[in-house]
Amino acid sequence: MDKFESFSGVAAPMPLVNIDTDMIIPKQFLKTIKRSGLGVNLFAEMRYLDDGSENPDFVLNNPAYRNAEIIVAGDNFGCGSSREHAPWAIKDFGIKCVISTSFADIFFNNCFKNGILPIVLPQEQVDVLMKDAEKGSNARLDIDLENQTVTTSEGESFHFEVDPFRKHCLLEGLDDIGLTLEKASAIDSFESQASQARPWV
Amino acid sequence: MTGKTLYDKIWDAHLVHQAEDGTGLLYIDRHLVHEVTSPQAFEGLRMAGRQVRAPEKTIAVPDHNVPTTEGRDKVIENEDSRIQVEALDKNARDFGINYYPVSDVRQGIVHIVGPEQGWTLPGMTVVCGDSHTATHGAFGALAHGIGTSEVEHVLATQTLIQSKSKNMKVEITGQLAPGVTAKDITLSVIGKTGTAGGTGYVIEYCGEAIRSLSMEGRMTVCNMAIEGGARAGLIAPDETTFAYVKGRPHAPKGAQWEAAMEWWKTLYSDDDAHWDKVVTIRGEDIAPVVTWGTSPEDVLPITDVVPDPTAFKGGKVEAAKRALDYMGLTAGTPLKEIKIDTVFIGSCTNGRIEDLRAAAAILKGKKIKDGMRAMVVPGSGLVRAQAEEEGLADIFKEAGFEWRLAGCSMCLAMNPDQLAPGERCAATSNRNFEGRQGKGGRTHLMSPAMAAAAAITGHLTDVREMM
Repeated sequence: MDKFESFSGVAAPMPLVNIDTDMIIPKQFLKTIKRSGLGVNLFAEMRYLDDGSENPDFVLNNPAYRNAEIIVAGDNFGCGSSREHAPWAIKDFGIKCVISTSFADIFFNNCFKNGILPIVLPQEQVDVLMKDAEKGSNARLDIDLENQTVTTSEGESFHFEVDPFRKHCLLEGLDDIGLTLEKASAIDSFESQASQARPWV
Repeated sequence: MTGKTLYDKIWDAHLVHQAEDGTGLLYIDRHLVHEVTSPQAFEGLRMAGRQVRAPEKTIAVPDHNVPTTEGRDKVIENEDSRIQVEALDKNARDFGINYYPVSDVRQGIVHIVGPEQGWTLPGMTVVCGDSHTATHGAFGALAHGIGTSEVEHVLATQTLIQSKSKNMKVEITGQLAPGVTAKDITLSVIGKTGTAGGTGYVIEYCGEAIRSLSMEGRMTVCNMAIEGGARAGLIAPDETTFAYVKGRPHAPKGAQWEAAMEWWKTLYSDDDAHWDKVVTIRGEDIAPVVTWGTSPEDVLPITDVVPDPTAFKGGKVEAAKRALDYMGLTAGTPLKEIKIDTVFIGSCTNGRIEDLRAAAAILKGKKIKDGMRAMVVPGSGLVRAQAEEEGLADIFKEAGFEWRLAGCSMCLAMNPDQLAPGERCAATSNRNFEGRQGKGGRTHLMSPAMAAAAAITGHLTDVREMM
């Protein structure tokens, strides 16, 4: 996984609440056996018209936001299924950070596994960022994971919380499996003890 | 020292390692796998030269995009679906994991097969690359959905990195009125707490109305904990649980059964346990409900009317306007006047034998409305076989329902079972998102009995008027 570096990027405003995983990546695109190439299908049903052409009213089709690297979203972003195709599609499009008042649990976890930073901020701060994002491509947000801050184009800065372990993994681009396998002896001893205590498992 | 919740007890019993920041490494007792969220995980293992650590604790079954029509064991027409099913066949074989292929009568929806075969037991940790893994919480197992990266992590290490959730108690007191089911409980809870109300929590459902439910009803309740935003839903095991588990193919036997029972009987929340949030609902206050919008929280008693979006607060006003537009509904319309053209009975929420019995009891000797497309998709091959033996299949077929093979089917419409744009469906599944059952399709969620009633009348119907 690539290391997550601080960056300055265009933020697309998506104020709709409860943006679910079926909206992020409709199920017809889940039939792949690969992780890559899903960006073109991100938000497919909102992004394209029935004839396959782009829906000019959808935010990511607006020239100002075509290269957005951040989404500022309404409450409960990513609710619904466990499909990791949702963060794969977001990542493949080029989005590296999503900001909302709240995220669905599984989606939130999946983001970290794919080098995407989900940021939770209070409503008033998300409102400020949403307004800033609405200004278009000239207004860029600064995302600084090391110092845990989001800064608006006006220079207003907000601090966000992030789990220290997840922050470390993002900053270093670490692979969870490799880290866990370093604890193989702990897993071995748990297994032998559990097979005594609960042999029916 | 305060007591522990059931969640605390299961967490503690599976903690392999705890980091200084509190992050836990949890041992996973059962890993369920299906064809849609696993191919990339197996590919990752191969690329890294890793094995499945505990193939005997890993169970795979294709369910999401298998067709539900005859002949599917010979050929699956859709190429992408066929590739995914073939990939699962190969991965199960290569890595030596337990497998129920399409041709096996035990095949079905992964969350129905697990409990049916006795893989799911009280006190276990159960994960699957599917959000409705919450279903298994009905046994007092800590069960939740994971992403594909985590599927790969569990395959390789049999553990999962987890931060601990908070404890939430949802108590349903008293008894349910006639015509009110487990589905109405779980939808009503989401209606009260919202789809983000459970975010950050593991819910334990308790109270007399929950205790009175069968195991199948409890699975329906826990299944939709995820729709309430919770990581998992749990119900403490009791005699109902033990009676269900006993004798299943993979349940413990003999001395091991006795040993297991001894531990299982300690699996309850202590009286002095700490709860971070408590929600209480009177069972008597729950009515048969339906959803009107595009989020499972958009739920109302069938006797109500389509709500006015301006009556909501904050971002929900715009969301409700968008929902009514998508659903083609006008505020103030009585829910009972909403006409439907499709009925889907099935899914991991309501595809078990008791669900089919409840629907058949309403349909017996009746016909579905002219022009209605109605299908029953049993949750597993064994549920289907039992329904045929009990004569339920004949009731459905005589009423005009299609009688299908097992799978997820129109719950998420990855297979050919889909709604066309503008079609409106009474569904026993779990999600009414835009496009969930097919692009432009409109979904109303409800119990199996309510769906059966709607099939007969052609509009959303209060099942109590037909009982």
